[in-house]
Amino acid sequence: MVKKLVSLNNIVFKYEGQSRNALDDVSFDIHQGEWLAIVGHNGSGKSTLAKLLNGLQFANSGTITINDQLLTEESVWDVRQKIGMVFQNPDNQFVGTTVQDDVAFGLENAGVSQQVMVERVHGALNKVKMNAFLNQEPHHLSGGQKQRVAIAGVIALQPDIIILDEATSMLDPRGREEVLETVRELKQENEITVISITHDLEEAAKADRMIVMNQGRLYREGSPQDIFELEEELIALGLDIPFSVKLTKELQKNGVRVVDGHLTEEELVKDLCELHSMM
Amino acid sequence: MRITLDDVEYRYQVNTPFEHLALHDVNISMEPGTYTAIIGHTGSGKSTLLQHLNALLKPTKGRVFIGDRTIEAGRKEKALRPIRQKVGIVFQFPEHQLFDETVEKDICFGPMNFGVSEIDAKKMARKAIAQVGLNEEVLEKSPFDLSGGQMRRVAIAGVLAMEPEVLVLDEPTAGLDPRGRKEIMDMFYDLHKARGISTILVTHSMEDAAKYADDIIIMHKGTVFKKGTPQEIFSEPEQLMELGLDVPDTVRFQLKLQKELGVRFDHPCLNIGDLAIEIDKAMKRGNR
Repeated sequence: MVKKLVSLNNIVFKYEGQSRNALDDVSFDIHQGEWLAIVGHNGSGKSTLAKLLNGLQFANSGTITINDQLLTEESVWDVRQKIGMVFQNPDNQFVGTTVQDDVAFGLENAGVSQQVMVERVHGALNKVKMNAFLNQEPHHLSGGQKQRVAIAGVIALQPDIIILDEATSMLDPRGREEVLETVRELKQENEITVISITHDLEEAAKADRMIVMNQGRLYREGSPQDIFELEEELIALGLDIPFSVKLTKELQKNGVRVVDGHLTEEELVKDLCELHSMM
Repeated sequence: MRITLDDVEYRYQVNTPFEHLALHDVNISMEPGTYTAIIGHTGSGKSTLLQHLNALLKPTKGRVFIGDRTIEAGRKEKALRPIRQKVGIVFQFPEHQLFDETVEKDICFGPMNFGVSEIDAKKMARKAIAQVGLNEEVLEKSPFDLSGGQMRRVAIAGVLAMEPEVLVLDEPTAGLDPRGRKEIMDMFYDLHKARGISTILVTHSMEDAAKYADDIIIMHKGTVFKKGTPQEIFSEPEQLMELGLDVPDTVRFQLKLQKELGVRFDHPCLNIGDLAIEIDKAMKRGNR
């Protein structure tokens, strides 16, 4: 039985001065230990969701509970200790002059003792494989390295949930893979719940579950299998489908009898090899 | 307008302890009316190279020819404005540079800075806003009331309004959703075709490089690692992967499949339609 870690109930949110609701009656649950990918076009409400989950904004109506605790202006400080956020721009999230100072910043705010702090900072930087950079200045690092330091800052606070708000969108392919691999390892080892807000459909295909947002509403939720079956519907929403799904369709058009539902290239290669051996 | 780099070297902070060689031995030429993609890792020298294309940086060795102008190491250069007007650069996240009260004023800023009258600049703004696929009504709005995608387009319109002969695009679709990405890339391609604008695209997307460019330049460790047509560049994908660079989805898939099936297609497939046809052929040849 999966445990509900976060519940959103009938969330409505409107930015000041806007006529349209940024979020319009949105309800869903987030399960403990899952990787949930939230996808949607620019302006669909994805990032607003992240801001509400972390109490950076509060809903006009509806409720959010996190670990059975209602998120309110009073409980927000408790809740923020459970949720760590990594933002899009690696250059906008540094406060320390060295890598280790930066990771320590959140701990200082949380009033952690010096001894525990040193332990946690080193532990967190070890986990993201940035321990060799302790005294480097953050702005000399590559984008992927910067985001890994940002992640270290988050996990030093030992959160239950990490929210990645398009955290890989400004990185080159290598940096992107570094960051995702780091988060995957953390999730495995520490049973962290990951909420990834992303335009990267290949990344979403590897999630446990997906949520599709459209114009402030929850359009669909389900496994990547279920979601990518929508194919043309997703494209009409301004999204895309993974490469292996596109190629499967194109092959079928050419009369190659591959089966539907390959979300990874490896599965499709395997299917083709089996077909080939039967020729 | 042709841009040629002849033996270009660039060092940051010369004669300081922080001196750093960012470019060396760069010899490339971008012919008028062509579409060139520049790819390479963060730190490969792409951004430094880009800033040489309209004389924002001057080489510390070698020469840059921009149309009939020559930018040379060690020589003081005057009147760079005409170069900046003819070579328009769309920087990464250009919407961060929007600043004025209205979209119209923001777009007019560039042309007026280059000496165009207000009336003419407004005409140019109207033309540019249509080119980026936005409605004229947007001109009266504050750029900060627009969505992220619209802001991006307004910023691009500001560059187009200067009617450049060469357009340099630095990751122009970063952060956009898939549809927005395709729309912007198609828009630049249409402009390139319809108005013969030379286009230089700096990108991490091998798909875009393969799809749009006539020529691809691969930068690595501050110099040109390889240049050629997309077919030439991607015919040796292993070479690129060794550098830690991506190859297009289609080429990567082709490699995996070739390895598993023990066959070899006679060319790299650069689009999904071609790949499906080649796979179909391979399947029909069967297990012989």
